[in-house]
Amino acid sequence: MRFTWFNLMPWPHLPDDFREKNRSVWVDIDSRLFDPARANTMYHEYMDQLEYADSVGFDGIGVNEHHQNGYGLMPSPNIIAASLARRTSRAAICVIGNSIALYNPPIRVAEEFAMLDCISGGRLVAGFPVGTPMDTNFCYGQIPALTRDKYAEAHELIIKAWTTPEPFAFDGKYNQLRYVNCWPRPIQHPHPPIYIPGGGSIETWDFCLDNDYNYSYLSFTGYLRGKSLLDGYWERVAARGKDDSPYRAAFAQVICVADTDAEAEKLYAEHILYFYNRCLHVYPGFADPPGYRTINTLRAGATNQLTARAMRSFESLTWKDLVEGGHVIAGSPATVRDRMTDMIKGLHIGHVFCLLHTGNQPDWKTRYSTELFATQVMPELRDIWPEYAGDDRWWIKPLEDRVDPTSRSPLNPAEVPEVLR
Amino acid sequence: MTITTDRIRTARGAECAVRSFGDPADPPVLYLHWAPGPLGDDEFLGHLAAAGYRVCAPEHPGYGTSTGEELLEDMLDFALHGWDVADALGFDEVVLVGHSMGGMIAAEMTALCPGRTTALVLVAPNGLWNDDRPVLDLFSLLPFQFAEVLFADQAAGAALLTGGVDFDDMDALAEFFIGNARRLGTAGKILFPIPNRRVAKRLYRVTSPTLIAWGDADRYIDPSYAEEWAALIAGASVERLPGAGHMVPFERPGELASAVQRFLTRS
Repeated sequence: MRFTWFNLMPWPHLPDDFREKNRSVWVDIDSRLFDPARANTMYHEYMDQLEYADSVGFDGIGVNEHHQNGYGLMPSPNIIAASLARRTSRAAICVIGNSIALYNPPIRVAEEFAMLDCISGGRLVAGFPVGTPMDTNFCYGQIPALTRDKYAEAHELIIKAWTTPEPFAFDGKYNQLRYVNCWPRPIQHPHPPIYIPGGGSIETWDFCLDNDYNYSYLSFTGYLRGKSLLDGYWERVAARGKDDSPYRAAFAQVICVADTDAEAEKLYAEHILYFYNRCLHVYPGFADPPGYRTINTLRAGATNQLTARAMRSFESLTWKDLVEGGHVIAGSPATVRDRMTDMIKGLHIGHVFCLLHTGNQPDWKTRYSTELFATQVMPELRDIWPEYAGDDRWWIKPLEDRVDPTSRSPLNPAEVPEVLR
Repeated sequence: MTITTDRIRTARGAECAVRSFGDPADPPVLYLHWAPGPLGDDEFLGHLAAAGYRVCAPEHPGYGTSTGEELLEDMLDFALHGWDVADALGFDEVVLVGHSMGGMIAAEMTALCPGRTTALVLVAPNGLWNDDRPVLDLFSLLPFQFAEVLFADQAAGAALLTGGVDFDDMDALAEFFIGNARRLGTAGKILFPIPNRRVAKRLYRVTSPTLIAWGDADRYIDPSYAEEWAALIAGASVERLPGAGHMVPFERPGELASAVQRFLTRS
């Protein structure tokens, strides 16, 4: 099993009456709620937590991309990842990911991911989401019915840029480039492991299987609701004649660990409710513009986690609802271990994106929960899939003799000519 | 009034249903519908036919039984598709009438091939944008908001938009949403995120007599856009329809048909 510590980077200062006074946390959220001076503290706290997760043994540390979003303050995850690459030396840096249809030209993603892979010594996991309608269509103006086509072209360009040794011309529908010649190039060969975050489009499953990419189901609805969707994915895997290695799939789960179940509620309930009741207050009109989902996906009945109905239901959920419904796995280390085991086996997954910071949870509680997870939960779950031990097809392959930036002195006296020392 | 429905196949390969009104021997009018689809236009088109025109109303690809929406990606594709339809119907010269998104397409068609449009009627057309009077965002509307924004008479609008679908029937509801996703998904290629594909810089090419008709209670596109269109098209005249919302052909079929007839007679 692999565990990545993930932070959405929510704004922790949304007022109590946020829902009553604002129609949406995303797209047209009131910019006056943002305070740049408090963001100075916020960013450093969140980045410290990601570095802390590396230090306590998480396999990966994860960041993602959102725009104009009160619960996701990383319009450019690559900026955070660059800092993490310099302040850590061990964990995979999972950028889940860059919305490649939004970069103009998308060769920019090939370049920046190659930089991150070089700086980190080959520790980059490269995520390529299609992007939510809020980010992609309403904030960044992409035409819904053409978004997937543009995404497919961007993907083709990036992979070709990473794997073609000669400069080439790219005559795309959305990108025409006379000289494509990616400098720098990634350390990992032929490229970093690619993760495709999805919300249930059946086209995304086939895209992952066509290319042997990891499929990451990122939702806030938890493992009980994720089951039917992952079942559909695994049926598709079988139908396509692929092996069923659990490392083909990853799942995001909100987790809170404390000494006891009661303490978990006492410590984390208010922050969990801040997230579900306040941060997920998205105007339903932004959730599913016509043309974003394909007719096939609509016919298959796959539901977007952010449909109007789903969003409304988040807003009235209580701690009890969230824990019993599996949105949140919370409790003592023993409780969390049991439920994580159910989740991992039930969903047949080899990789969990652990959302151990939620909403406006303060730093000390986040570290407490993280440490308990790392020391008392994670070790017990490591060997759930012995038959797939060593399957690293979807994992980083860092340089063995990579630079450790955390112990690097700015000047190596040995390199200075003796006369100048 | 007899209404016939035919299927045509364009040279590009799209297949479209075309509803036709009136005597095939009369001079042709090509009518292009708005983004939600060919809805509630029959009475208006019937009046036009009765006034002595052969009115053909093609359904855009992506709507109803018409196919080939994947062939249309940008404004030029949509405008050329309009002429492909005219070709398939055997019309060399034609009176073009377009409502809303259909008006935007009719204006682009005329800018491309000014010699083929004998007269142009734009009913509350999309296509211009002014920061001071933003056109409402059709794509973030919730289903129940459509009628409120698009119709002066909201109850009649709601009934028309849902087409008699029983929303308690989950299958019917799912079909409605799928159809809506296909229709507005297609429309989004020329209307999203801002319904302005720069037709303004091409309107100098429009040489046909032009009528701009607008309901003065339009809540989707501010009626003051009528004057902006008129300023960009030499000799264009403006007809206001008091009390009408955006869906003028449905709300004022007789008045609109009379205004069009008067305009065509004098031009």
